Amino acid sequence: MDHVHAPPVPAPTFTVRNLTIAYSGNPAIKNVSLDLYPRSVTAFIGPSGCGKSTFLRALNRMNDLIPGVTTQGRILLEGEDIYAPGVDVVNLRKRVGMVFQRPNPFPMSIFDNVAYGPRIHGVTDRDRLSAIVERSLTAAALWDEVKDRLHKSALDLSGGQQQRLCIARLLAVDSEVLLMDEPASALDPISTGKIEDLIDELKNRYTILIVTHNMQQAGRVSDRTAFFLSGELIEYGLTAEVFESPRDRRTEDYITGRFG
Amino acid sequence: MRDRRRRNRLADLAGRGLLVLAAAVTVAILLALLLYVLVKGLPLVSWEFLTALPRRMGRLGGIWPTIVGTLYLSAVALGVAAPLGVAAAVYLAEYAPPGRLTRLCHFGSETLAGVPSIIFGLFGFATFVIFLGLGWSVLSGGLTLALMILPTVIRTAEEALKAVPRAYREGSLALGATRWQTVWHVVLPSALPGILTGLLLGLGRAVGETAAVLLTAGSSLTIPLSPLDPARTMSVHLYLLAVEGISLERAYATAAVLVITILLLNLLATRLVRRLTPKGGHA
Repeated sequence: MDHVHAPPVPAPTFTVRNLTIAYSGNPAIKNVSLDLYPRSVTAFIGPSGCGKSTFLRALNRMNDLIPGVTTQGRILLEGEDIYAPGVDVVNLRKRVGMVFQRPNPFPMSIFDNVAYGPRIHGVTDRDRLSAIVERSLTAAALWDEVKDRLHKSALDLSGGQQQRLCIARLLAVDSEVLLMDEPASALDPISTGKIEDLIDELKNRYTILIVTHNMQQAGRVSDRTAFFLSGELIEYGLTAEVFESPRDRRTEDYITGRFG
Repeated sequence: MRDRRRRNRLADLAGRGLLVLAAAVTVAILLALLLYVLVKGLPLVSWEFLTALPRRMGRLGGIWPTIVGTLYLSAVALGVAAPLGVAAAVYLAEYAPPGRLTRLCHFGSETLAGVPSIIFGLFGFATFVIFLGLGWSVLSGGLTLALMILPTVIRTAEEALKAVPRAYREGSLALGATRWQTVWHVVLPSALPGILTGLLLGLGRAVGETAAVLLTAGSSLTIPLSPLDPARTMSVHLYLLAVEGISLERAYATAAVLVITILLLNLLATRLVRRLTPKGGHA
């Protein structure tokens, strides 16, 4: 194994300070602080119910949609507090896109799914839309499989194709950050491999934050890994270090499969 | 052990038999009813019956004005109830914060759904015919029917909206869509078949309604042109033909036409639902 160089640390995309999130009073995230870096993949790992998804959904304020959720602390996106009063949540979600655990293409054609984002953000020109659709599908490694049936229903695609379509849909709106909530957990190994290759490709241009149950996956795709347990951030660092020489006993136990 | 298994299997068979019987009885009654009306009514239905003006209070001639009246009134009712009801349902399902007021709205619309139509008729008479001075007219009748079917429209539309997977909404919002864009482009198209089914239920009620229409649209046998003209619907016509002993045969013939009209509307709506179901939809 090569020696791991500590990369020069760029300005963080997200700066999270003392974040506490509770569902009707029950804390799911407890006083978490960390920095998340651009053009790299950060994985959030931990057993079910450790709060990693809740943490992810705080970053584009998806938790706002769930009644009874309270968020304390600060989350800065490039220096600006995304929970400050008056923040344009719609614009935030445009910058910070999300791929969900289960593929959720809209019940429309493949083309319309990808064109959905650009359309709602004001692109009407047919040629420009076609160009965006082709570029996004190509970037999501799906173009060759669907180029002959762009106007067929997206729901007829396989699960893996649907998930890549959802990623293409996201790429079409020019987000800066991609949040992925266990994007491969509902997929077969081959589809999972394709998604992982795609993540590897995309990290040159995006800040990718991925929640995963799958330890090997975290090891394969991520540059940094954060380990959560019962809502607390136990350990956070370069993936190689977290996996090879965890500082905390609980991290080691989890990684070696002693629980979770 | 063996005995019990046998008993279970017998119970299962008996249960299934009862269910099949219940379904068969329901369908049989429905068919019998339809057949009875059609067999008694259809022989008198001719092109002339459909297109001629009635003479001698309907004892002779046709029912053309009542067909026009029925369609006219239903169109007004649906034209008012559909946008209003769907908008209210969107508000209740997508925007209203869960709480006292929303619960009150639900309670209100559910109560209204159970109110007998004659009450709506009285209300429409007092409000539209007298107070607003619209007189016995297509407009008064249509508005009354709109109020009557509004709860049905709201409730079915709300159920249809709530059945749209949350994942669609999240997917849209996560792309930076506003709430309204999400509702308009993703949620409403997905809910459209359900919403149309609700509208159809409402339409069925409106077409068949008699008492409320008699009180608000009148029973004139002229062809209504302006919305302020009085009108007689097929249901009212058939009611008056039967009750006033004018012609029972013609009442049956009118009933047959009414039943066929409702059947046609149903077919049309089903077509429409299929056409409008989102391209990718499974429905």
